[in-house]
Amino acid sequence: MPGLSFRHGVHPPELKELTESVAIRRLPFPEEVILPLSQHAGKPAVPIVKVGDKVERGDKIAEADGFVSSPVHASATGRVEDIDLWPHPSGNYQPAIRIAVDPHSAQEARTRLIPEWEGLSREELVASVKEAGVVGLGGAAFPTHVKLSPPADKQPRILILNGSECEPYLTTDHRTMAEFPERVHLGVRIMMKCLGVEKAMIGVERNKPDAIEALRSTLPTDIDVSVHPVTVKYPQGAEKMLIDTLLGEEVPSGGLPMDVGVVVQNVASVATIAEVFETGLPLIERIVTVTGHGVVKPANLIVPVGTKLQYLLDACGGIKNSATEIIFGGPMMGAPQSNFDVPITKGTTGVVVLDEAHSKAQHSYPCIKCGHCLDSCPVFLNPQLLGSLAKAGRYEEMMDAHLMDCMLCGCCSFACPSNIPLSQLFQQSKAAARKQQQSAA
Amino acid sequence: MSATLLSALTLGGVGLVFGTLIAMAHRRFYVWEDPRIDTVTDLLPSANCGACGFPGCRAFAENLVAGDTQPAVCTVMGENEVSTVSDFLGVEAGATSKRVARLLCAGGTNVAVQQADYLGIETCGAAAAVAGGGKGCTWGCLGFADCEVSCDFDAIYMDEHSLPHVVPDQCTACGDCVEACPKDLFVLMDLEEKLIVQCRSLLTGEEATDLCEVACNACGRCALDASAGVVEMMNGLAVVNYELNDSAGPEAIKRCPTGAIVWVEGPQFTVQPAAERILV
Repeated sequence: MPGLSFRHGVHPPELKELTESVAIRRLPFPEEVILPLSQHAGKPAVPIVKVGDKVERGDKIAEADGFVSSPVHASATGRVEDIDLWPHPSGNYQPAIRIAVDPHSAQEARTRLIPEWEGLSREELVASVKEAGVVGLGGAAFPTHVKLSPPADKQPRILILNGSECEPYLTTDHRTMAEFPERVHLGVRIMMKCLGVEKAMIGVERNKPDAIEALRSTLPTDIDVSVHPVTVKYPQGAEKMLIDTLLGEEVPSGGLPMDVGVVVQNVASVATIAEVFETGLPLIERIVTVTGHGVVKPANLIVPVGTKLQYLLDACGGIKNSATEIIFGGPMMGAPQSNFDVPITKGTTGVVVLDEAHSKAQHSYPCIKCGHCLDSCPVFLNPQLLGSLAKAGRYEEMMDAHLMDCMLCGCCSFACPSNIPLSQLFQQSKAAARKQQQSAA
Repeated sequence: MSATLLSALTLGGVGLVFGTLIAMAHRRFYVWEDPRIDTVTDLLPSANCGACGFPGCRAFAENLVAGDTQPAVCTVMGENEVSTVSDFLGVEAGATSKRVARLLCAGGTNVAVQQADYLGIETCGAAAAVAGGGKGCTWGCLGFADCEVSCDFDAIYMDEHSLPHVVPDQCTACGDCVEACPKDLFVLMDLEEKLIVQCRSLLTGEEATDLCEVACNACGRCALDASAGVVEMMNGLAVVNYELNDSAGPEAIKRCPTGAIVWVEGPQFTVQPAAERILV
């Protein structure tokens, strides 16, 4: 019997009231956009424009390099100013294409894809999704066309839409579902055709009643799609947890949802697929929540991909004096930023500005072996053991204790009464273990 | 028969049977090992540092006795100890050039820009996982001393600007610091390789020097001044070709505007690079 929820997990403060009822709005185009070549999981794209080239909004400016890769498109009309290293949200410098936006352009976009998707075959649909540069908008930015081409021996049965949005503060998926429910349903239709599945389920946390209502009132009757309100618990939005909640099935260690015949896709990505076929435009803009107690006017914004962090903050009234920390993504798993010039990429779900009261550095005490971390780990690891191994640098033993199944959700750090930064230790250990394996090979 | 005698006989009998079996197995599967291996192992420093390229001192001893390597390959032993081993085995001591770990970054806290405060776990590995610890230059040294901790020979100490210094006399080039550094800033170099570019930043021009006063800004003067082919400009960084090390000389560093390229005699960072050089 599928439960209402998965086992373990934590209940962090939701803090979504800042933006959950703020309607999505557009911003004027910024003066320049910066488009990193690596905005997705997989190999970086290869530029196909030169410095000085004039590009139109929606033009492809970098080509996908291989199957697990995704092209990049100009998000504004203008001139290619530079192709060079630029600060990247991941915390280092990476090659990016910088476009000076033409201030006199109407930013009118030509239709590049065939909007009549019904006439297309499965292969043509998947190829169009790839051409449009669509990636998962939930944060990991995994190229969507790869998920849409399952291997022949792993034909999926069910499509699951992930509308949980369990990270505190973020409301992009919430607003997408509440404002564009038809678009979500159209995306479901297209994806079901691509995958050849008969059944689709939309999982939405109960703290978004307006989104559930909007999706239910527009539910199509000719396809088997249903909306499932699920328990509000972190990390409900992790795909393996959502599968457990909705189907009661467990994805094997090291496996993918495909192994249990499921494809999970974030609602915002599905809405984007629909948008691609509705408007004929590639993925060049996305919805971003700019929120947190450190920002003056929290908002949900549609912005061109490549907009600088500084521009977004200015558009929201700037940051308060009490602001201490800026995070891309949610506070549980997001990446802290140290530079105001970093661009919004396809995978940036939100910008959270924490203030002093919400980001106080905690003193870390020794482990008291209370076991709260074991009770919180949604994938049933032993964070207490892993933590002590990590501090000793015993990475091989950590691998035996299934370090690679850790998804760095941060539940153990949140639950720890001694404030031991466990998930940061694991993040470091993963990098160190990979380095060790490479040097051994 | 008393129970005592019975149990003594049973136990004794079992012991005899298995004892015989062990004795036979010992004969049957006996492997002869050169007794010199044990003696040589005792002569070695037992540091098990791996600098020789073998997995520990015992493996090095096996290869020494087999004649596959030479005593001087061990960089931990002093001259006397090397000659003891070579005399014992009756082989040439061999000659290796002294190698040391060099840090390819001179960006201490006094010259490099810090863009954000980092309040997390105080190790380089943990800081590197979180937006590079807030240091402006994402290639540079994070200064949390993971290398100092990893060094078994006390050859690394941190200076007042959180930059690790390697003491050449104590460094055995074991490579532990190379592995410990999450930014891959350590390289093992010959002591004779004196022309060193102490920078890894791929940025060029003012972009580089805005983040760190001693960064290589890729102006290319060193490449022009050095003998042909010794220094090449690659991806916004001066790169020394150590195959032509014999023709390298201190003239290459004369016009460097930031002091990123240096001529090192002995330890690094003894001469503070002049921040304001006259550009010629």
